[in-house]
Amino acid sequence: MKNTLIALAASVAVLIPAVASAQDDPTKACFIYVGPIGDFGWSYQHHQGLLEAEEHFGDKLETAYLESVPEGADAERAIERFARSGCDIIFTTSFGYMDPTNKIAARFPDVKFEHATGYKREHPNVATYNSKFHEGRYVQGVIAARMSEAGVAGYIASFPIPEVVMGINAFMLGAQSVNPDFQVKVVWANTWFDPAREADAATALIDQGADIITQHTDSTGPMQVAADRGIKAFGQASDMIEFGKETQLTSIIDDWGPYYIERIQAVMDGTWEQHDVWEGMAEGHVVMAPYTNMPDDVKAEAEEIEARIKSGEFDPFTGPIKKQDGSDWLAEGEVAEEGVLLGMNFYVEGVDDQLPQ
Amino acid sequence: MRLELVKRPQQSTLFSALSPFIAFGLTIVAGAILFAALGKDPIETLYYYFIDPLTETWSLHELAIKAAPLILIAVGLSVCFLSSNWNIGAEGQFIMGAIAGSILPVLFPDFQFWFVLPLMLIMGMAGGAAYAFIPAILKVRFNTNEILSSLMLVYVAQLFLDWLVRGPWRNPQGFNFPETRNFHEYAILPEIWSASGRAHWGFVFALVAAFVLWFMLSKTLKGFEVKVIGQSPRAGRFAGFSAGRMVVFAFLVSGAMAGLAGISEVAGAIGQLRPTISPGYGFTAIIVAFLGRLNPLGIVAAGLILALTYLGGEAAQISVGLSDKVVRAFQGSILFFVLACDTLIHYRVRLVRPAQKAEAAHA
Amino acid sequence: MLEAILLTVSMAATPLLLAAIGELVVERSGVLNLGVEGMMIMGAVTGFGVALMTGNPFLGALAAIIVGALFSLLFAFLTLTLVTNQVATGLALTLLGLGLSGMIGESFVGQPGVRLPRLDVPFLSELPIVGRLVFSQDMIFYVSVFLTVAVAWFLFYTKAGLTLRSVGDNHNSAHALGIKVVRIRYLAVLFGGACAGLAGAHLSLVYVPQWVENMTAGRGWIALALVVFASWRPLRVLAGAYLFGAVSIGQLHAQALGIGIPSQLLSALPYIATIVVLVLISRNRRLTMVNTPASLGRPFVPDR
Repeated sequence: MKNTLIALAASVAVLIPAVASAQDDPTKACFIYVGPIGDFGWSYQHHQGLLEAEEHFGDKLETAYLESVPEGADAERAIERFARSGCDIIFTTSFGYMDPTNKIAARFPDVKFEHATGYKREHPNVATYNSKFHEGRYVQGVIAARMSEAGVAGYIASFPIPEVVMGINAFMLGAQSVNPDFQVKVVWANTWFDPAREADAATALIDQGADIITQHTDSTGPMQVAADRGIKAFGQASDMIEFGKETQLTSIIDDWGPYYIERIQAVMDGTWEQHDVWEGMAEGHVVMAPYTNMPDDVKAEAEEIEARIKSGEFDPFTGPIKKQDGSDWLAEGEVAEEGVLLGMNFYVEGVDDQLPQ
Repeated sequence: MRLELVKRPQQSTLFSALSPFIAFGLTIVAGAILFAALGKDPIETLYYYFIDPLTETWSLHELAIKAAPLILIAVGLSVCFLSSNWNIGAEGQFIMGAIAGSILPVLFPDFQFWFVLPLMLIMGMAGGAAYAFIPAILKVRFNTNEILSSLMLVYVAQLFLDWLVRGPWRNPQGFNFPETRNFHEYAILPEIWSASGRAHWGFVFALVAAFVLWFMLSKTLKGFEVKVIGQSPRAGRFAGFSAGRMVVFAFLVSGAMAGLAGISEVAGAIGQLRPTISPGYGFTAIIVAFLGRLNPLGIVAAGLILALTYLGGEAAQISVGLSDKVVRAFQGSILFFVLACDTLIHYRVRLVRPAQKAEAAHA
Repeated sequence: MLEAILLTVSMAATPLLLAAIGELVVERSGVLNLGVEGMMIMGAVTGFGVALMTGNPFLGALAAIIVGALFSLLFAFLTLTLVTNQVATGLALTLLGLGLSGMIGESFVGQPGVRLPRLDVPFLSELPIVGRLVFSQDMIFYVSVFLTVAVAWFLFYTKAGLTLRSVGDNHNSAHALGIKVVRIRYLAVLFGGACAGLAGAHLSLVYVPQWVENMTAGRGWIALALVVFASWRPLRVLAGAYLFGAVSIGQLHAQALGIGIPSQLLSALPYIATIVVLVLISRNRRLTMVNTPASLGRPFVPDR
């Protein structure tokens, strides 16, 4: 069964470019977003990737997108509609689209599917991709520990999924590398996107003594609170410098453009293959916004760590690292396995919060 | 000049039938103007919005999938609204039904027999009904307003589901992602006619529920009781009906329907529990209930029409690049037209000139 | 610390209070407008846009009030003139508002807004705690408190207020007494729309000066619930809004302290607290009955 599928996929993969070049049709790339493209966060950044690809390919590329598609029955319908409407490659950009993507992929073997942040690739025409945002968070942790006078950072988190937990840990490790007693206070906002509630969370953290704010939610609310209260903060997903000219230290920018261009090109060339990509700073998928509002020596240190991560010389999750309960996790020099990171549901030592188990 | 309504002695059968068409006509005109103003071809856009989703079999299946929960919830709500019980928490009852119905496949995955699915459906209905019982009993016992309690319980249910799927019910093989294990084959609601599309039995449940409740409301004493108490609790008391028992009855019925919708959605369309399982079905169903004039058979039509606007909206987004915001705004205006045209069923509309009716002008 | 927390609470409570006090007047006149969320979001986008284009946040707030009122006029025309079903029309209004605001605001995304300045009352703003809390806030805060008191006074101490309540309690007898039921309801709905518009402007001009789609995030619904919570009494709306704000903010502080209770349970606290308090205060059946507008949501067409 599996062999037939692969054979089928292979034959189709051979057929498509032949047909495409014969008619010189533009390739069609389609995107499904979970939020509105006006969220200035996750979906916004994916849409920026679409726009980059459009600019790159010009007439050779046709695009379509659906925004605010709820996870569940609606997602499956939306993906199927795309598959039927002649899309050559479909990017499904939320974790909750994982099962629908695989289900539809089974029925449309000649369409390529790319699912962001998931782990299921049940058919040869499904690939998965994600970015190593935690690399940027490590750098932020270092900056936070250098810049904070109180030695306390406030962390606004969205939902306890491995991605977010990993981010908190990376931030903590970065901070501890400078100040072993550094404290991180975590507030779960239980939302990806509610500017006012995120702002409230930032205020609560500041009132409890944090003098650096970082966030793993999508809106610019926390940045504005930090600006108002005269402390420093890190941006998220996009460059938020406009919302805190004297506040933003740096921001982790999700730049999906290069990946989208690469994969669409692969479809055009007929070289598209299934893969699971988890890339970061080195490949340009995670970009740090300019280091601002900090002394030159801190900036230099941040740039140096960024360079070491980029070159592969250093991995944020390198031992010795203990878990929150004090038990050993990684031995001296040991680097965490990707599989463990991708399913991470424990804190490293020093994080002042408890994860729901 | 001003508008004036004159109540018809009886509701007009002519306009009962005609009003949807007038509304549709107005929608077409307004839509054409809106789309043209946005620089889209009006005819093409309208085609994708209203016709294209109906031209393919798979799309008809999707229509049934989208309409099923809306109809199921709305027919239950009609019993509530007809008896003047303002249950606006169907969204929460939907979620609780889904949770209760999922207990077997999630906690006892090895318990695989043919009767698992029927049990799940029953537990789903029980879960929704039990959750609806809270605002009902609070209203009867403590005189607590049900609008507030039922609405607040929606948020509580959403957070409870969120906690379950991220914590105790998380899929052990799911790399700590927020989802339960996938349901086994005995826990999946089968597709009606799987050769042609993926519509599941939830749609059949919706039709059956609509018919049963229609029969109950229009042919039985219970239905009479619902309406009498709804129109005048005093008259209901004279007739020997208990308003308190009616509150509980109405909430239990609508909760059970919402719960059935919840478990059908999860067992049919999704196949597992996730942090969000409903894009607001419980709230949209309130509109469906009123669009269907609180008549279960009318609700079937209303649910299908509303589902069509969702599907059509997507088709228009993809085919002519209409933005999602325009789609939602257009959807809102369709509802306005339909509601406004229903006025004609009960009232005659007259234009009154000031000169014609001097005292009205002075007033 | 206490001062800072109280400030945050008042920030969270102000939009809820404003929208709720407007809806309270609407419901007291016997009309149930479930479109608060839609009117709020229209106010938010208008307030932000006008402030951005003119550079003047006060103009933004004013525009938000006007647009909120105009938007509610649509609801009023349908439900009062054409006697459509109020529940369904209100929900449709919300749908329309969410879509329309997204259309209008498309170009505002990613632009920092203009913050409405704080107004310091001379000398008084120097006082400990209350100084910052009561005498050094933004204009909309003052308006929200003033309106609450004004509405309480209007409803219970003026003849016009009595008329409005009588319309809400029994529109047929009010009509028989020669009261212009429909006209009064129009005015009430417009007032509600204006308040909701300003509440939206508070979000986009004070709370978080920015525009993003759906930024009201369900606050219109909470405002609706607060009116019921308050059993249609203005000062109780104030209490309810601040209670709700306090619990929402309190749970964030509890989390920052790291007390290890599931955050979902903490997030659910404001909703549970509201139900529990309402259960406790609504046990007196007679008192609740007196305050509930008896004609709420019922259609009215004058007989001729």
